[in-house]
Amino acid sequence: MATFIEKLGNTDRRVIFILMALAVVLPLALRMNLPILIDEGPSKDHYDFVEALPEGSRVLLSFDYDPSTMPELQPMAVALCQQLMTKNIKIVSMALWPMGVSLGNEALTAISDSLGREEYVDWVNLGYKTGGGVLIVRMGSDIHSVFPTDYNGYPIADMPIMDGINKLGDFDMIISLSAGDPGIPAWVMMAGDRYNIPIGGGCTAVSSPQFYPYLDTGQMVGFLGGLKGAADYETMVRAELDDAPPGTATPGMAAQSVAHLVIMLFIIIGNIAYLSEKKRKGGAK
Amino acid sequence: MITFVTGMIMILQFFVPATQTMGETIQEWFMIIASAAIFLGTINLIQVHMHKVRYKARNWKYSPVTLTGLAAMLVSGLFFGGIEQGGAFDYMFQQMVVPMGATMFSLLAFFVASAAFRAFRASNWRATLLLLSAFIVMLGRVPIGAMIWHKIPMVSEWIMQVPNLAGQRAVMIGAAMGGVATSLRMIFGIERSYLGGTD
Amino acid sequence: MRNVLCVLPLLFLAGVSLSQCGGCPAGADAGCVSPEPCGDCFVLSLAALDAPNDAGGGIDLVWTVAIDTALPDSMVLERMGSDGQWIPSATLTPIDGRYTDNGLNNGEEYSFRIVPFYAGTAQTPSEAVSAVPQKQWIHTGRIGMLIILTVISIIIFYYIEQGKKGKDLYIRMIAGLTAVEDAVGRATEMGRPVLYIPGINDMDDIQTIASMVILGRVALKTAEYGTALMVPTCRSVVMSVAQEIVRESYLQAGRPDAYQKDNVNYITDDQFGYAAGVDGIMVREKPAAIFLLGTFYAESLILAETGRSVGAIQIAGTAMPSQIPFFVAACDYTLIGEELFAASAYLSKEPKLLGSLRGQDVAKVFFMAVILLGVLSATIGEVWAPAAKLADLLRTITNVE
Repeated sequence: MATFIEKLGNTDRRVIFILMALAVVLPLALRMNLPILIDEGPSKDHYDFVEALPEGSRVLLSFDYDPSTMPELQPMAVALCQQLMTKNIKIVSMALWPMGVSLGNEALTAISDSLGREEYVDWVNLGYKTGGGVLIVRMGSDIHSVFPTDYNGYPIADMPIMDGINKLGDFDMIISLSAGDPGIPAWVMMAGDRYNIPIGGGCTAVSSPQFYPYLDTGQMVGFLGGLKGAADYETMVRAELDDAPPGTATPGMAAQSVAHLVIMLFIIIGNIAYLSEKKRKGGAK
Repeated sequence: MITFVTGMIMILQFFVPATQTMGETIQEWFMIIASAAIFLGTINLIQVHMHKVRYKARNWKYSPVTLTGLAAMLVSGLFFGGIEQGGAFDYMFQQMVVPMGATMFSLLAFFVASAAFRAFRASNWRATLLLLSAFIVMLGRVPIGAMIWHKIPMVSEWIMQVPNLAGQRAVMIGAAMGGVATSLRMIFGIERSYLGGTD
Repeated sequence: MRNVLCVLPLLFLAGVSLSQCGGCPAGADAGCVSPEPCGDCFVLSLAALDAPNDAGGGIDLVWTVAIDTALPDSMVLERMGSDGQWIPSATLTPIDGRYTDNGLNNGEEYSFRIVPFYAGTAQTPSEAVSAVPQKQWIHTGRIGMLIILTVISIIIFYYIEQGKKGKDLYIRMIAGLTAVEDAVGRATEMGRPVLYIPGINDMDDIQTIASMVILGRVALKTAEYGTALMVPTCRSVVMSVAQEIVRESYLQAGRPDAYQKDNVNYITDDQFGYAAGVDGIMVREKPAAIFLLGTFYAESLILAETGRSVGAIQIAGTAMPSQIPFFVAACDYTLIGEELFAASAYLSKEPKLLGSLRGQDVAKVFFMAVILLGVLSATIGEVWAPAAKLADLLRTITNVE
């Protein structure tokens, strides 16, 4: 029995991979759904802050991610656009990552078409520029010199939505959906701290622990961490809007739940094997 | 000398508002250099793979695949619709680049499982405490945690907001101190090995 | 008498409407906002000041508005031009606010006023105010940061001088850095290459620079031992710098012929494209030693697990708090946070560099003291006013605008 347990502890990693694949695929295939319970936390803080913004406020939404992190961040983008556009909050979007432009555009056009919002009046996509933190600092003094045109090539000076927006300080909030660098830390340091603009955002689950310090000091008003954050936000947005389209994060929570349980099972098996071997070797001495 | 001058200008413009334009100019130069550097990398990529193909180096058969992919995206982006939806570039981006990127990211799920299985051992009380915290946070991050016990998400959030936050701050402060010291060494020329070779 | 009685209500109503600037009609709901425009009584106050802490050319305008009158459709800020005419400068939201007018000439006086618009018609403007933009030579919001930076710099330079004078400076053993030579030796014995991954960020990241410093030392070792060194990079500028560093190291070791330029190459800027490329190199070339030093994000575990699967000894180092646990789980040695920045001093054992390392540690002690003082004063300050004042002072010093 002891030898069997120790053999379990040396399971080939391919077996682990197969079981993980089943743990993720089966809940999705069987359309398992688990209730999402919203607790006090960074997601709710973010939602409440956006809800408190008055109609006509102007928000800068930065899509700082690429297709590899789309499964976690794109649902956040869609839910955020839904909330902002429903409240008639103007969205000026941009990207610090090259592929963020088209991913952002997908979210904006989908929600804009469903709600009848107009490009250049209710939202605009300025596009991508290289530079990261340096770019943010330049935008702090003059956006028009950094983005003279939007990503379609139209001059932003002629757009109704850009009326009165000359620098970062003219925005009521900045939201960054960030998968790495440049991303939320750059926005917090270069925009939030310098120009006192409320910063919100979304990030992958693996990065979320590093943003709790910003939340604690008030440098961020809230953030959405990973698929859970996206599912929370989808749930909160849908609770207020009957006709909000279904998101993709909520179904993913069932798969994530089963996957977490499988990982915990492996860890327990590994520890039982380890303790059994330790006991056997200790006894042999 | 260049490092010293540019470093001092950037520090000066942070504290002396009247010199802000100098800092903004250097920032613009950085943006221009960063944009131009894209060509450097592309040229290097082409050179390395052409060399492999020409001399039939080991694994040279992968090189034409790389070069074809590069050429296809470059040509379609420049001449066939650019980033417009429905164009050839957009099609290849949506149907190839996006799924491939998501596939690579999804490998993490498997690697986390195998790394956790191999490395998470309760070898002493500290490791055991870490293990228990990991279990609580893993459960707290998914709906199943709340279904098992309604307080799990609260405990998980406490772990993230108190011990995790303390650890994150400590690492951030230490790394920032290291960054400051390294930057000062480089600006004042005490550290020059990043320029090439060693002292 | 009857006529007087008929006229009195009319007079009363007229008086009510005249006495209220834009008052609600009689019989209206309690929450009614008068539809009548208010003219110059909407903007209650307007002040113009030189914009603080800037390079000049800016004037801050601060205004308050009345809340019990009709809201105008918009407000236009006007500036007096050199010809004495008022020209529109910006459109403002009709609530209390602040606006900075930029692009002005330093030393010249500028006058401003606000004109409310009701149904497209301009009403009586507010009183004009003036200010003169100037450039500032000290950023008052960053004086605290200047003090802190000065203290840290003094500490670091003091210990650098101590190092130069030959004072013995103790540095604890860092296992990951001690293992560098062993790792390169292992690769030489096995006849397999060394793979060096400098992270995925560009040269503007301090971790990438620290990685380049260590690359120089590793390249020197591989040149001396005659081991192949492969350095795939994620950024073009990093590739150029890495090529230069490796070439110089091989030159220094007296082995310029052994330097292979193609071994230091660019893969792609895309994060997971780079991870896929490096994984491919690991699986094909089967390096015996892998160094993962620099900034990493989600691809860290993919690289580390693949490296483990090919049987390589792995030394990792990053200051990214979110990736350190993955490296600790998957690699043989991990440099945590500032240990990465200490590598240059540790490997070279140069007195000046060791001195700066010591200075960095002492500066940390200074920070710990400030944090402790802040926490104690903020806590005691709840019941004792002088402590609260100390806490406020520390907050002011450590707050950066």
